[in-house]
Amino acid sequence: MELQALAFYVFAAITVVSAAMVVGSRNPVYSVLYLILAFFNAAALFLLLGAEFIAMILVIVYVGAVAVLFLFVVMMLDINLTELKQGFLRYLPVGATIGVVLLLEILFALGVLGASKGTVAELAAKGVPVSSVENTRALGRVLYTQYFYLFQAAGLVLLVAMIGAIVLTLRQRPGVRRQNVGDQLYRRRDKAVTVVKVPTRGGVR
Amino acid sequence: MATGIDSWTLARPEIFLAAATCLLLIWGVVRGERSVNLVSGATALALVATAALLFLPFREGTAFASLFVVDRLTATMKALVLVSSAVALLMSRAYFEKVGAWRFEYPILLALAALGMMLMISANDLMSVYVGLELQSLALYVVASFQRDDARSTEAGVKYFVLGSVASGLLLFGASLIYGYCGSTQFARISQALLEGRAAELGVVVGLVFFVTGLAFKVSAVPFHMWTPDVYEGAPTPVTALFAAAPKVAAISLLVSVLMGPFKPLFAQWQQILVAAAVLSMLLGAVAAIRQTNIKRLMAYSSIGNVGYILLGLASGTEKGVQGVVFFLAIYVVMSLGVFAVILTMQRQGKMVEEIADLAGLARTRPMIAFAMLLFMFSLAGIPPLAGFWGKLYIFMAAIEAKLVIPAVLGVLCSVVASYYYLRIVKVMYIDEPGVALDRTPIGVNAIVAGVGAAVVALFSLLPQPLGTAAAAAAKGLFP
Repeated sequence: MELQALAFYVFAAITVVSAAMVVGSRNPVYSVLYLILAFFNAAALFLLLGAEFIAMILVIVYVGAVAVLFLFVVMMLDINLTELKQGFLRYLPVGATIGVVLLLEILFALGVLGASKGTVAELAAKGVPVSSVENTRALGRVLYTQYFYLFQAAGLVLLVAMIGAIVLTLRQRPGVRRQNVGDQLYRRRDKAVTVVKVPTRGGVR
Repeated sequence: MATGIDSWTLARPEIFLAAATCLLLIWGVVRGERSVNLVSGATALALVATAALLFLPFREGTAFASLFVVDRLTATMKALVLVSSAVALLMSRAYFEKVGAWRFEYPILLALAALGMMLMISANDLMSVYVGLELQSLALYVVASFQRDDARSTEAGVKYFVLGSVASGLLLFGASLIYGYCGSTQFARISQALLEGRAAELGVVVGLVFFVTGLAFKVSAVPFHMWTPDVYEGAPTPVTALFAAAPKVAAISLLVSVLMGPFKPLFAQWQQILVAAAVLSMLLGAVAAIRQTNIKRLMAYSSIGNVGYILLGLASGTEKGVQGVVFFLAIYVVMSLGVFAVILTMQRQGKMVEEIADLAGLARTRPMIAFAMLLFMFSLAGIPPLAGFWGKLYIFMAAIEAKLVIPAVLGVLCSVVASYYYLRIVKVMYIDEPGVALDRTPIGVNAIVAGVGAAVVALFSLLPQPLGTAAAAAAKGLFP
């Protein structure tokens, strides 16, 4: 139990610190790297809660795809940091308001503030039925049976997204030299190499 | 609950369409741009074959753990969606070849959009609603900007995407509230929870309002219509023809099955919303179209007005009302595809034109096309004995029977105002002096669609039986 608590504090502390560094660091590439660190630690926190499926999804989707995409964008774009930070004070009140609202919402949901009926705390005290099946298996059981239809339809939605992205962006440019491995392999020596007698001081014509 | 093989047989039209589309996609990718004519022809064939599969043989029931439902209403609406998508696809070729954007992905995306509409129509769970809706919307966003070198087409796609995403967000928020208060996403369970007293909860009503708002965006009912004129004008014309037909059918069908199904206990609440939206849509459709000069924009306002009539029929909440909705939708689809087929034949010196003024003197230069357009315009205005008159008559009768007298009277008045701009087009074609004449294009798919549509509209009164019975059968399923 102590070990788990220790692990929680370590991961939580690193999450909070790296989240602060995402905003605070001067170099946007470092920001994205801190974001990845925050994701990893959040995944570890989910693992401690026993939600291993969300933990793995967080690593695969957010670290593997989203954060890497961010990294590419940040590296590709020419971002001027001083310009980026100029609006900081102007937008601070808006950001702070949203932060406070979110904090209050969490406190209400936990039942720290206001009424205690129907809050997370009440539900936790009642004891939510937790099945002995780990959640990846539980998801798998319904995903391919009860919700098979939705699973397939979601696949079609992704297919449409893929076709759409290709159709709207792929252009066949004329004059682009592409590597054709087949042509390269079937090239014959007598077509590609000629032996020329080079006279002294004459050069190749 | 149907399980195992039953699910597969009930959903066989969807499975067939999905498999056919995937095969054609692979064929297109392997063969490249050469395959485009084959792929589009085969896709149109697959759409029609799917429509045939719906009724050969027809079976009812729920499938896939109650996520999916098939009954008379869904089958009828799906047939309407599939046939109109196929027609819109066949109408597209000439236009896209002209602008140099005829690529094999277009039929594939259209088929996937039609599949999404089928899933939407057949939804029996809030989650299936959302997945189907996203499948059709995503495909339609892409086809709206399919002419990607054209700034207006791209703009239309982006506008449609942004506002469509907002609508999806509203719908999801509403769905989450409904789930939270009713404890399930299944329609049957929601209905049960509402009957057991959950209907009194404010949260359910708020959720329902958001849910209906999301769908009102999709059918472009006032006050959620802002995207419609811009998207209709900017999107390539054949795509606009599709937008005016198939997605409207799907979204209206979804509204019918959701409101008449699980949310029947909240009738008093949603009736107010629908009456307000219906009256506003009819008013705006009648008034705002008067000043339009672009015929695609005019058709956008016309479609907003027609959605108003449909919502009025739905707001009556009776079997007659639903019957009127199905009936009106079928006629509306024929009329709007016909009008767009006429627009697609409008060319001057090899360029597509779409201003109303360009139609001047069409009766002298191309009398057949002008006559077809005249029939469509008279029908849209609701002049007897053309088809559009009967559609409106059904709706207004249902509304009056349901004691919605004032909205019905307003609807009739709007219809009178709207006939001004329909008749103005006729005046431009028949009375105005022709400017530079439009090109005489060879008779193609569009001329044929316009001709067949005009024949259906004109001769409708002589043979009104099959559609009336189909609409009655479709509506009956909702009122056991």
